[in-house]
Amino acid sequence: MLELRGITKSYGGRRVLDDVSFTVAPGRLTGFVGGNGAGKTTTMRIVLGVLSDDGGTVSLDGRPLTSADRRRFGYMPEERGLYPKMKVLEQIVYLARLHGYSKAEAESEATALLEKLGLGERLGDNVETLSLGNQQRAQIAAALVHDPKVLILDEPFSGLDPIAVDVVAGVLQERAARGTAVLFSSHQLDVVERLCDDLVIIAGGTIRASGAREALRAEHSTRRYELISSGDAGWLRGEPGVQIIEFDGGYALFDVDSEATAQRVLRQAVALGDVASFSPQHPTLAQIFKEVIQ
Amino acid sequence: MSTPARATSANRTAPRNAPSELQGVWLVAEREIGSKLRSKAFIISTAILFAIALAGILFAGLASKDATGTPVAVVGTASASVEGIEGISPTQVADRAAAESLVRSGDVDAAIVNDPDSPAGFTVIADSQAPTSLLLTLAKVPTVELLNPPTTDEGLRYLVAIGFGVVFLMAASLFGSTIAQSVVEEKQTRVVEILISAIPARTLLAGKVIGNTILAMGQVLGLAAIAIIGLTVTGQAALLQGLGAPIVWFAIFFLFGFILLASLFAAAAAMVSRQEDIGSTTMPLTMLIMAPYMLVILFNDNPLVMSIMSYVPFSAPVGMPMRLFLGEVQWWEPLLSLVILLATCVAAIWVGAKIYENSLLRMGARVKLGEALRG
Repeated sequence: MLELRGITKSYGGRRVLDDVSFTVAPGRLTGFVGGNGAGKTTTMRIVLGVLSDDGGTVSLDGRPLTSADRRRFGYMPEERGLYPKMKVLEQIVYLARLHGYSKAEAESEATALLEKLGLGERLGDNVETLSLGNQQRAQIAAALVHDPKVLILDEPFSGLDPIAVDVVAGVLQERAARGTAVLFSSHQLDVVERLCDDLVIIAGGTIRASGAREALRAEHSTRRYELISSGDAGWLRGEPGVQIIEFDGGYALFDVDSEATAQRVLRQAVALGDVASFSPQHPTLAQIFKEVIQ
Repeated sequence: MSTPARATSANRTAPRNAPSELQGVWLVAEREIGSKLRSKAFIISTAILFAIALAGILFAGLASKDATGTPVAVVGTASASVEGIEGISPTQVADRAAAESLVRSGDVDAAIVNDPDSPAGFTVIADSQAPTSLLLTLAKVPTVELLNPPTTDEGLRYLVAIGFGVVFLMAASLFGSTIAQSVVEEKQTRVVEILISAIPARTLLAGKVIGNTILAMGQVLGLAAIAIIGLTVTGQAALLQGLGAPIVWFAIFFLFGFILLASLFAAAAAMVSRQEDIGSTTMPLTMLIMAPYMLVILFNDNPLVMSIMSYVPFSAPVGMPMRLFLGEVQWWEPLLSLVILLATCVAAIWVGAKIYENSLLRMGARVKLGEALRG
């Protein structure tokens, strides 16, 4: 368990992180979302120790993080970096060997990983000759090759096409299933929503929400229902405790004041005609995000 | 969640021990060497450098052996006047007319005929210009006796000075700028953030310094080998005897002198984040490399300057071998100078590592020296 507690950071009197606290659990994918300049990259760089904090602690399994612990981290920096004139495989092998792998181990691990990421054909090419999307995959391999205990990935999905997003997401899920703690930031809320188990939302340098995705959803759900029926749903307008959001013939989207009202509406709808669907609506991540950053 | 993680943990590869410091250093050094050896520009420029050195030595050797001398025609007993004089190869002809025709045809540079009216007892006949070098050869000059005869001749001393100066300047500036570029490349591409999450900054620095030192030493030893082979082939055993020890000392001094410079170059480069800015922090070091070259060429005949040079750590790799070649030093002098160099080297590594560690992860504006040292 990676735990940040009360991290603060200022640049020239401007506070960019204020009392940032959250946890990243092993075996789970934690999505880190926030607008531009919200403090995601700064937080990640502090966790990695490439930036020093002004206050607060970062601990791993209850003990303060040491540089030895950080050697078992995998990191993908925001500004991508690999040697432009080095071959893809050699580069990943080099990084694995710096983490203590033997030459043979490093080569087999790196080859397998690059193949899994869809770079099997480009092993012998210089990094600078790869497309940006492929450089990104190589960068992900660089973060993963030494089988890190904690993965910190800054925008791993930016610049990837939908197929590549699925490939990378699959690899990250596999790592999480093996017990790795994964923290990744992203602007692509739909990807985060689909992928992550836990969520951390940051805005203006403070954590606005954090916790399991479903718990956050439940917490932020309004009592909103969707009704699809055969008859005209116009009668809903007259129902007490019901507020119509959208309405079109047999379709209605509405908020209710209580669970009892919802059940009453359902019984009424069934009495008035055939009901194809009556379902509670969960807020999307985008909705939660907009709500909490205000 | 934790249950499946525990169930599969057996499948995970065992946690690695971090590589030992030495292994890390060597991995970094190996990469530095490998990436340089794969650069076509480096291979070609090294090949050209070696070829020029070889050609220079062979040319100098052959030129000095070219003892055929100036061809002259001699008439009758005039041959006695040129007998035993080096640099003249006489051809005996029957009379003045025959001599003149040889001069006109260009077969000989000049002709010598007896002439009782001439103060020298003979006349030199030439085509359109007085053959100055021949006249100097024939001129009668008084015997000179030097109370402090120089042990080596002027021209040779100058050549050796240029040789040590140029090799030091070229190797140090080539590999000094190589290490500077390599440090900035890592900063600029942010590879450094990944590297630092795997190995300590000091390991990275040590690897880069050692890798580039091996390359620089390779080039210096290559040039030394070419010099020794070249001198042997051209049969200049005497010169080789005089130069052999200085060349070996040069290599030893260069080794530590370069480690010193490389640490400082890496530190200076770590203070900036873009290739374009390297010059702004490495300039003082470039001056330090230029100084021994300029000084040895200007002052190779000034024992005081040379003595100082041979003890100042930055110029000792040039100054001490030069003095050794001139035979001006006591046996303990190179050892003392080497100790001073080693001590400076250790200090430079310490300061360099501090600056490097403190600057490496600071992107953007140039890091101020004070901040880099304070941390």
